[in-house]
Amino acid sequence: MGEPLLVRLIADGPPSLWEWIARNWDTGRVGSIKDLLGDHLVMSLVPIVAGLVLALPLGLASARWRWLYQPAAGVFNVVYALPSLPVFMLLISVTGLSKTTVIIPLTFYAIAVLLPAVVDGLGSVPDHVRQSAVAMGFTPLRRLVQVELPIAVPVVLAGLRVVAVSSISLVSVGALIGQGGLGMLFTRAYQNPFLPPVVVGIVLIVALALVADGLLVLAQRLLTPWVRARRAS
Amino acid sequence: MITFDAVTKRYADGTVAVDNLSLEAPTGEITVFVGPSGCGKTTSLRMINRMIDATEGRILLDGDPVRDIDPPKLRRGIGYVIQQAGLFPHKKIVDNVATVPLLLGWDRGKARSRAMELLERVGLDPAMGERYPFQLSGGQQQRVGVARALAADPPVLLMDEPFSAVDPIVRTSLQDELLRLQAELNKTIVFVTHDIDEAIKLGDRVAVLRVGGRLAQLADPKTLLSEPADDFVREFLGHDRGIRRLQFVGTDGLRLRTDLTVPAGFSGGSPEPWVLAVSDDGRPLGWLRGDGGGGEPEPYGTFRPGRDSMRSALDAALLSPSGCAVAVGADGKVVGVATREVLDAALAEAADG
Ligand SMILES: Nc1ncnc2c1ncn2[C@@H]1O[C@H](COP(=O)(O)OP(=O)(O)OP(=O)(O)O)[C@@H](O)[C@H]1O
Ligand SMILES: [Mg+2]
Repeated sequence: MGEPLLVRLIADGPPSLWEWIARNWDTGRVGSIKDLLGDHLVMSLVPIVAGLVLALPLGLASARWRWLYQPAAGVFNVVYALPSLPVFMLLISVTGLSKTTVIIPLTFYAIAVLLPAVVDGLGSVPDHVRQSAVAMGFTPLRRLVQVELPIAVPVVLAGLRVVAVSSISLVSVGALIGQGGLGMLFTRAYQNPFLPPVVVGIVLIVALALVADGLLVLAQRLLTPWVRARRAS
Repeated sequence: MITFDAVTKRYADGTVAVDNLSLEAPTGEITVFVGPSGCGKTTSLRMINRMIDATEGRILLDGDPVRDIDPPKLRRGIGYVIQQAGLFPHKKIVDNVATVPLLLGWDRGKARSRAMELLERVGLDPAMGERYPFQLSGGQQQRVGVARALAADPPVLLMDEPFSAVDPIVRTSLQDELLRLQAELNKTIVFVTHDIDEAIKLGDRVAVLRVGGRLAQLADPKTLLSEPADDFVREFLGHDRGIRRLQFVGTDGLRLRTDLTVPAGFSGGSPEPWVLAVSDDGRPLGWLRGDGGGGEPEPYGTFRPGRDSMRSALDAALLSPSGCAVAVGADGKVVGVATREVLDAALAEAADG
């Protein structure tokens, strides 16, 4: 290979960055920047949403039946710990070289983070608050929806912020099986050393992560004004 | 009326928290459960609204066994106040107070205006309704807790050490506030405390429980102080039982002297050892020596005959060098003086009765 990749990339001279972007933004073919951006969004958002949707009932059940929590958390942590490549290889035999093969492990990662967040969030409801809800005549379901879940929201949202950013960044690993979203820009640059795709890939991924995080912070402010008020005091 | 009929609670681990308890909490009165830590006060209270179910025996609410009432429905008709207030941190004060009315299906506007009305009633600025619980002091949160328990106007109120987490001054004002509210509302209140002074101050009837959940004595405060049933109760009441009993001796019968007052410019010439200097508008200024010696007026103590107890009158007497208590009216003007002899006679009578 000779010189390291980065040296070659930089030695490439002043990047014709804008020109490259303009040429590759929307070619109408698979692999345009726009196309990859769309893929990236799908492969990162689906695990975030699916992770939340699955972690909520699992977390509720774990909080209700404590014995369930450790085994459940254990399963997702083990999957989290497995290296991506063997996981992909395992899944390819079922789902092929598709987006689903990337989405499934990322959903597991999301659950690994969100399950403890939901359980801790419910655990953050002070006992006297729960007791007084019972004493006032809330039915269990109403108590969950109107008292316990709202109080758990700040902790769950903190977990969701971690999940959103890591999920957006981890999608690039899918490039290993040709499904990396914007991550494909990196492999492409490796095969054909050229700086602009790398820059565009990094900038777009970071920008996506920042936007997602910003939206979640905004949601936090709207959903939990009582937490904001507490900080301000 | 709440009736405990041979109620026993045995927890899963075998602990007997309440043992064969039978008593009545009459309608419109405050019944206090008092006793050392772990004697089963909270357990007894929670069996009323079925947060805990009795193992044996029955609890009746106006004759109906609570066991036959669906818990959420039962609880919406029973106000509940606890030590940490238990306010919902994510709801504004007004929404906290409106909780039970909303559970009962009132419309939002009506529930909120009721909540505002109650905030005022418990002595809070309705503007506080827009705050969140953490923005209130402990005492204010406790008032909100009381307002919330009263919101749907339940006939029964259960209070579990509601004032024990606040400082003594705030506690006194919350107790006074509760008595004032109770005079207007006439709820059936069961109040739990481990503080015997609080029990005596608030209770129409006091149930003293001993560890193991057995009833040691059930009596009105005055009887409790004068005739403790056994050594446990006597010890629990503490040593200044005699002084505290004076709290239940009235002062309306005291013979007041009106010939001991003198105008502000008094310069001697009275046969009495002490005379009370009074301002032009009738307010007390202080004690002066009858022979005009001494100079500056000495300190005095006041009580309101009829409203204050003998304990206050005695306290007022002990504050002044003359040993006499100054009786004042609601307007703060002097109505007379209770001399040492008069107080002595009243004390002797109280000791007999
Ligand atoms: N869930 C439970 N399981 C087993 N034992 C319990 C349970 N709850 C309470 N107890 C026991 O029952 C007894 C009475 O408890 P309870 O809470 O009614 O006391 P209390 O009079 O309210 O005490 P305190 O003044 O400390 O609040 C105690 O010995 C306590 O340890
Ligand atoms: Mg207790």
